[in-house]
Amino acid sequence: MDKRTTAAQAVAELRDGMTLGIGGWGSRRKPMALVREILRTPLKDLTLVSYGGPDVGLLCAAGKLRKVVYGFVSLDSIPLEPHFRLARQAAAIEAAELDEGMLQWGLYAAALRLPFLPTRAGLGSDVLSINPDFRRVKSPYDDGEELVAMPAIHLDVAFIHMNRADARGNGQFLGPDPYFDDLFCMAAKRRFMSCEKIVETADLLKGGSVHTLAINRSMVDGVIETPNGAHFTECPPDYGRDEDFQREYAATARDPKAWSAFKGRYLDLPDEQAYQEALPTT
Amino acid sequence: MTFTRAEVCTVAVAEVFRGDGEILASAFGTIPALAIRLAKLTFEPDLLMTDGVAFLRADVPPMHGDAESEAVVEGWLPFRRVFDLLWSGRRHIVMVASQIDRHGNHNFACIGDFRKPKAQLLGMRGAPGNTINHPTSYWIPNHSPAVFVEAVDVVSGVGYDRAAALGDRSKRFHEIRRVVSNLGVFDFATPDHSMRLVSVHPGVRVEDVVENTGFPLVIEGEVPETRAPSDAELKLLREKIDPRGAGQKEVRV
Repeated sequence: MDKRTTAAQAVAELRDGMTLGIGGWGSRRKPMALVREILRTPLKDLTLVSYGGPDVGLLCAAGKLRKVVYGFVSLDSIPLEPHFRLARQAAAIEAAELDEGMLQWGLYAAALRLPFLPTRAGLGSDVLSINPDFRRVKSPYDDGEELVAMPAIHLDVAFIHMNRADARGNGQFLGPDPYFDDLFCMAAKRRFMSCEKIVETADLLKGGSVHTLAINRSMVDGVIETPNGAHFTECPPDYGRDEDFQREYAATARDPKAWSAFKGRYLDLPDEQAYQEALPTT
Repeated sequence: MTFTRAEVCTVAVAEVFRGDGEILASAFGTIPALAIRLAKLTFEPDLLMTDGVAFLRADVPPMHGDAESEAVVEGWLPFRRVFDLLWSGRRHIVMVASQIDRHGNHNFACIGDFRKPKAQLLGMRGAPGNTINHPTSYWIPNHSPAVFVEAVDVVSGVGYDRAAALGDRSKRFHEIRRVVSNLGVFDFATPDHSMRLVSVHPGVRVEDVVENTGFPLVIEGEVPETRAPSDAELKLLREKIDPRGAGQKEVRV
């Protein structure tokens, strides 16, 4: 089946109040073209689940989020995401802050259709007071150990970005880390994968060993070719992070005028192609 | 050889890994990253070390100016395998702290009320899971009453009082090994696991530490001086590990 589609069609499946999961990690291999497409819509009140980077910051700054489920939100080379900080400090979003391993466990539980997975992580910390609905579970075996019952994190929609994909929805990462993109897809009802380049299935293994084929087509509903679509996050080996652009983005949190200028120049544009054309040439 | 406070701190942080053997040594901050390299090149050669991305490095690269082509990779450790490894306990991490209390409760998540913080910081990151699963130490480059506090605003890393409340079974992997600041070295080897001053760095008085700590420390008799770096350690730090002096920038004296 040919699953090729567009960013606009993928984002059109989102509704106000839905739970969206975004793959990648910090400012690394984020499906930014799809995030930018959300910014072009009137969507609101989304719950975002993410190993957070500028996806969280941009959607906070644009007022798209009601709640964020996260372990951290960072731009990596800039440790604290400034737009996310502003939203937190204004109490503009509900914050479900987790240990980063608990976030994996919640997605994994949802992926496996389990109500929860047990873990020691979270015990004794304020994660359990921040998330008062989390319960504990006692081992049914002789040890009787008390553990955290990390509840499944179910997603309505997942967005991920890969280096290569075929039109049927097989996805390939060529960088050092697959992150948790497979779990985001498996935890979601509808799954959209953007990629740097769509290639023939037979050509996937020309780019990397079989171990790089992290996403199989049963995990994906739509494939979108978005060259440079992770910009300004890194997407190695295709490109590194655009540190100059990231610094420019981060600086806009200091001043509402700078944010509206940035928004006018890069975000209030009709489509991804216009964004790519608006980028400074290096 | 004469030495700087930053070099004393680096050796003191390296010392927290003594005896750890074949486990993953992880770090937040520059001095801990230097310290792991120093420990690995001297008394703990079996430590595992990552490149900060997803590879285990068999060689010990300098802090800056590392040539990728010369990297000796001995393993693959993407984030999910870091989680597996840390939940299995074969790791010791040195984390930074925005606040720490006498029981070793740690905060780098946010300052103020969690629902509307005055300052959102790093978030929980891996601190809850790290502290309940494997040994943790802390590095604090700016020892002050604003960091060493009576009570932390949010508990990200679990301290001894909270671990004790979980019961013997749940707390069995919890250990705050040591706290190293720019002024001294601390541990929790007291009957109720409250923080104890182990040593003061050369040039620091016990009163300096007491004045800069927002809770009463356990101080037993004459407090020794933190050991000075050896000539061999100084040579390694200056010539091989940190030729650009990145560690010097992290400690104010």
